Amino acid sequence: MRKFRYWLADHFVLLSAIAVLVYLFLPVAYTFAFSFNNYKKSNITWRAEGSPTLAHWMNPCGPPGLCDSLVTSLQVGALATLVATVLGTMIAFALVRHRFFGRGATNTLVFLPMATPEIVLGASLLTIFVQGYYRVGLQLGFWTILIAHIMFCISFVVTNVKARLQSLDPKLEEAAQDLYADPRSTFWRVTFPLALPGIAAAALLSFSLSFDDFIITNFVSGDATTFPKFVYVSYLRGIPAEANVVGFSMFVIAVLLTVAGQAISTRAQKGI
Amino acid sequence: MTALATATQHATNSAGATGDDDAHVVGSRRLTPYLLLIPGLAWLVLFFVVPMVQLAVVSLEHKFPGYPGYYYLDLNVANFAGALSEFWPHFLRSFLFAGIATVLAFLLGYPLAYAMAFKAGRWRNVMMICVVAPFFTSFILRTIAWRQILADEGPIAGSLNALHLLPGGHITETWVAVVAGLTYNFLPFMTLPIYSSLERVDPKVIEAGGDLYANGLTTFATVTLPMSLPGVLAGTLMTFIPAAGDYVNAELLGSDISTKMVGNVIESQFFKVPGGYPTAAALSFTLMAIILVMLFAYTRKFGTENLL
Amino acid sequence: MSLNSAKAPTGLRTATGDLHLRSVTKRFGDFVAVDDLTLDVPRGSFFALLGPSGCGKTTTLRMVAGLEQPTAGSILIGDTDLTGSRPYQRPVNTVFQSYALFPHLSVRDNVAFGPKRRGEADAAAQADEALKLVQMGHLAGRRPPQLSGGQQQRVAVARALVNRPEVLLLDEPLGALDLKLRREMQVELKRIQTSVGLTFIHVTHDQEEAMTMADTVAVMNNGRIEQQGAPSALYDLPRTQFVARFLGQANMFDAPIVGADGDMLFVENQGRRFGVPKKRSALTQGVVSYGVRPEKLRLAETEPTELKPGECVVGPGRVTDVSFTGVSTQYIVEVPGFPPASVFEQNLDVEPIDTHVGDQVWLRWNQGHAFAVAPAPAAGATP
Repeated sequence: MRKFRYWLADHFVLLSAIAVLVYLFLPVAYTFAFSFNNYKKSNITWRAEGSPTLAHWMNPCGPPGLCDSLVTSLQVGALATLVATVLGTMIAFALVRHRFFGRGATNTLVFLPMATPEIVLGASLLTIFVQGYYRVGLQLGFWTILIAHIMFCISFVVTNVKARLQSLDPKLEEAAQDLYADPRSTFWRVTFPLALPGIAAAALLSFSLSFDDFIITNFVSGDATTFPKFVYVSYLRGIPAEANVVGFSMFVIAVLLTVAGQAISTRAQKGI
Repeated sequence: MTALATATQHATNSAGATGDDDAHVVGSRRLTPYLLLIPGLAWLVLFFVVPMVQLAVVSLEHKFPGYPGYYYLDLNVANFAGALSEFWPHFLRSFLFAGIATVLAFLLGYPLAYAMAFKAGRWRNVMMICVVAPFFTSFILRTIAWRQILADEGPIAGSLNALHLLPGGHITETWVAVVAGLTYNFLPFMTLPIYSSLERVDPKVIEAGGDLYANGLTTFATVTLPMSLPGVLAGTLMTFIPAAGDYVNAELLGSDISTKMVGNVIESQFFKVPGGYPTAAALSFTLMAIILVMLFAYTRKFGTENLL
Repeated sequence: MSLNSAKAPTGLRTATGDLHLRSVTKRFGDFVAVDDLTLDVPRGSFFALLGPSGCGKTTTLRMVAGLEQPTAGSILIGDTDLTGSRPYQRPVNTVFQSYALFPHLSVRDNVAFGPKRRGEADAAAQADEALKLVQMGHLAGRRPPQLSGGQQQRVAVARALVNRPEVLLLDEPLGALDLKLRREMQVELKRIQTSVGLTFIHVTHDQEEAMTMADTVAVMNNGRIEQQGAPSALYDLPRTQFVARFLGQANMFDAPIVGADGDMLFVENQGRRFGVPKKRSALTQGVVSYGVRPEKLRLAETEPTELKPGECVVGPGRVTDVSFTGVSTQYIVEVPGFPPASVFEQNLDVEPIDTHVGDQVWLRWNQGHAFAVAPAPAAGATP
């Protein structure tokens, strides 16, 4: 018994960590399980009769509006990522590589959206869209969602690209110049390629932030629907299990992408 | 914002970004910096600064009598007074829930972060993915999954009821479910900053503690914990702030009567209550002000490096 | 294929000849890193800039490369004034201390970088040739992170060499290598320099390295050159206190010059007179630091009665330390009135050493081996 207690004490941290990990995966397991539920009215309790069924997996676009909302989410995600990455990368380069008047203020301005609660961001955007920008013809819908997403993604892009740029060895640019590369060559052949992993990571981050965003989207979407909003709205009527299918699939895709990304970067480091 | 955000943040930041702002400066003249900045900053001004100003304006507006949905500009500070007097319980509740969730997240997240930093070895990356991966499923789906897990017919409530340990008969629609949801959803926000901090601790320092006659617990309390403090503080802020402003957990896991948080009120004032814009704006601003004060106090003491 | 015949990009200055630094000064705010430095490096020589950290040697190197601009003074190669031109305009290449290899390019692409920028058509072939010279041809396809420190160092050398610059600068390139590797690379670099015939300027704080590799060594301290010349000249005839102490060890004591006789000067300490040739003394009057290298001292177990011509003796003193280092035995002898003296005696015999700690000994040396320099400034005075 004593030995067991010692073993427990030694391994306490590891055991609790594993327990927490199990806890983290519980909802994922539930989501997965209930995607096979052959429910009648709502997918809350497991109906033994006819379950597990592959019906939902076979026809994920069955429920009306689900796939439309998914497409909207993907469209918003792609466009927001593109614009936010470009704008954010430009800001990051300016902040790290140039001295200019207002550098401190810019840093603060970029940081603020990350520190603001989503509900406040959503509320403020709603008021400006409804009371101000509608005058230029802007209606609540797809475009307002896109605008909002670009706005909050910029801050994250700047932070990530900035971090990457600051960890670059300045001697590499000196070496390029020493080897006859003028400033333009140096930038495109040395600086930019080395910053690219950071920019790519920031883009990936933007996409995931945009795709999963609910609160801000809910405030500014008007009649348009993204996937998280679809799930939330259909909650009252009963969330279709096809949403589980989509949710779990996104999880699998994202995990695969992450693992692949890690494998690629480790292989690149080993130079295979 | 999702946990993936925090994950990548910390991955990139522990990769060596320093606070030295001038180490990489290549040019300090000409138009280049301004050309680079203007598009992005213009976006932020148009869609962050201006909306915030508008929100401030709205919070001071007066309802146009008889015309719900129309307001006129007035320095109606009474909005704030009215909003606070009616909804101060919600503020309190929000901070209470967020506070409890933060403490629970700390208790769950610290061992996880510690294991990742010191016990994981080559499994470290796998563990990191495991911490972040569950959050690739939609936030809404996750929270609804919790509703099912904690449902009356579910395993947890069911077995507690069978043992007659559950006064009231259910977990969902109580504050317990809401806090549980908040804890779950913001756990990575606590874990990853702590992990970042711990990762920078040289394991030899902990060994040195043992070498100098401190046992495991003492070493932890006097060496490891203090060294991880910046990460703990950052994690606390990054958990508490979004949790205090959340409304989805309360909406999906709580009841309509007893568990409404500030976020729920703001949302309903915007969408359900006619003429509720000024109140909602006033509440939003108050929430933001309180949070900014907390942030300010933090950065005063610890600087902004660990926060980002 | 020399640099000057390549299709140079716009702005690349062609220049041939010796390297000249004229009154070059570099100030960072109030701090003077390089102070009115004038230096001439003959074309094709292996030149070492030697000095402690912070003496300005790396700053000087960077100014030659164009990575820093002098606050005053000019830098020329032959008759071409390069001051003010940018690094990519100069026919000068650098081997950086941290190698600075481009991690996103293969070894071959790293080495081919310079030729490509200059518009050379066969850049890859030139790169392979340069890699062969440093014996790295078989790793041309790898990436820098996969290479060991020594391998990266060779690639860095190849990357600079392939451009056949007028001047090749090496900024403490061997600092990160372990002893054995460092020794190998010292021989390698010397071999490459001799076979390729380029001007090499090597910056280092390791005096042994500088003396082994260079034709000419300049010792720098506080932004100035204290002394410059062939390694043996610097070692056997230092002209300043700093050079005497920086290169190898020296036994020195301060004493006033009390007389002269023919081509000898005499100093006095503890009632004894010691001679030093006039041409080996930096001063002819006043107080000097009189010095003798440890390997020039001999131990005597009894007071010598017959002195060889030109010899002097001091003692009795006590042996306070004996160290066997394989090649030699090193003693520390304390003679009253003198600082502790180091004596290196070559182990010519296989018999065990019979001088022990506590023994009484006398020290003798040939006055022709002594040197005299200005004494160190008094403590508290500005150098």
